[in-house]
Amino acid sequence: MSIRARMPRERGLWSRIVQLTFLAALLLLWTMATTEWGVSHILLPRPLSVWHEFVDIIGSGEFLPDLRVTLGELAAAFAISFTLGTTLGYLISRSSYWIKVFEPLFAGIYSIPIILFLPLYVMLFGLGPASKIALGATISFFPIVLSTIVGFGYVDRTLVTAARSMGASDVQMFRYVLFPAALPVILAGLRMGFTVALLSVIGSETIASLAGLGHRIVNLAENMEMARMFGYIAFVVAIAVLLNTLVSRLEARGRWQ
Amino acid sequence: MTAEIAIQARNVSHQFGEAGEARHVQALLDTSIDVARGELLCLIGPSGCGKSTLLNVMGGLVTPTTGSVTVAGKPVRGPMPRDLAFVFQESALFPWNTVFENIVVGMTFQGVAKSEREDRARRALRAVSLEQFAEHYPGQLSGGMRQRASLARALSLETGILLMDEPFGALDEQTRMVLGEDLSVLLSRSQKTIVFVTHSLGEAVFLADRVAVFSARPGTIKQVIAVDEPHPRKPSFMTAPKFHALRDQLYGLLHDEIRKAMAESGQTRRRYDDVANGADA
Repeated sequence: MSIRARMPRERGLWSRIVQLTFLAALLLLWTMATTEWGVSHILLPRPLSVWHEFVDIIGSGEFLPDLRVTLGELAAAFAISFTLGTTLGYLISRSSYWIKVFEPLFAGIYSIPIILFLPLYVMLFGLGPASKIALGATISFFPIVLSTIVGFGYVDRTLVTAARSMGASDVQMFRYVLFPAALPVILAGLRMGFTVALLSVIGSETIASLAGLGHRIVNLAENMEMARMFGYIAFVVAIAVLLNTLVSRLEARGRWQ
Repeated sequence: MTAEIAIQARNVSHQFGEAGEARHVQALLDTSIDVARGELLCLIGPSGCGKSTLLNVMGGLVTPTTGSVTVAGKPVRGPMPRDLAFVFQESALFPWNTVFENIVVGMTFQGVAKSEREDRARRALRAVSLEQFAEHYPGQLSGGMRQRASLARALSLETGILLMDEPFGALDEQTRMVLGEDLSVLLSRSQKTIVFVTHSLGEAVFLADRVAVFSARPGTIKQVIAVDEPHPRKPSFMTAPKFHALRDQLYGLLHDEIRKAMAESGQTRRRYDDVANGADA
């Protein structure tokens, strides 16, 4: 009994150790490649010089304007896809006919690489933040609308019938039954939407942009400032991990299952 | 019968789908019954005989194709949360609410004043001996406890009528026996009118004042048997000769109907196979 109860935590600890060992091994390989095996420092700077650049980027506050642009684009893109996705998803979920029409349609569109619209968006909205916002909003719209349709569209009929038999009004039905039933599914979709919005905003910045973290990284690469570029990549990774952890925490708080 | 009538069903028929459609089912055919105030009426019959449909028609969840139902003299046109409460087979508790919150939410729906809800919820939990599990979530309870919580929610609504759709159907034999005893005790105290759908012959005889036996599809009430035994019923009733005589009588009535129902569902299956094999085309 006590052994079984302890198992999951120990397994969790072990997988943590394996994960950390894996990362340490990568770092060791990287160091070996730059010091022992003679890989060019222009292609692959030494970990220590990347670390110095990373510390300098954070210490000097040089990252701030680019971070502001990228986070601004992300916030705008997510606000648009959140509003449109949840509203449309709810409206579609009210009719089994609309669900049958739109769920496969959206799922189909979601599976094509929407990044292909970037050149079009750049032509329409220019090189500034607007095209990045449009792309991020388009890509993150689909997981959000799909999860909202599924969340509201497939609520356990027994619960709805029970609430109806006790006299629930339409507003009460939404507040006490439909919304809490759909919430975990919608939150999963929102988390997914947030992740793909972040990916597409930074990704499209590296392709066509005037500012932002993605833009900065490409610029540094073009100037052959490799150590600093790696420092910025490390910075973006840190930001992404931070944001995703935050969003996962928020998601876990809204979950009852 | 001179007793006051709580529910009156008159010539109720119900069909799902239109005649001629593949999914057309005549679930209930020209069924009439009066439920006296304070009695426990069991509906028993083969699968698909329309006993649950009749219960849902009584509760205003299903509008019958023809016929009418009145509850306390009022025609039923939709849910009547002030007059009757449901207990469903599967736990219809909201999984995101604790047991206590589930009961309070039910009263919120029904329109009970906020100041009264907590007291009434506590009283209902005491009635089913679940006080200690008020803060548990349904997922943390056993099947039997979940059904007791569902019963507590229905009791808190303080309706004159309880409609129970195989409430113990998913539970094991021992649990349902104990819950049956509890229900009998509760009933003897509360003077509620209860309509109780069940598959179990023993449960029907143990709980009911009268048992309505349904025929196979299209279902209608074939015969009503009175169980003349006061509530609360003791476990010893289950071993009494009278219990066995009634149970055997029910079995005799049901046996042919169940065979008929099984033969029909066999036929249905064969028809589906034909369609699947393209024999109809």
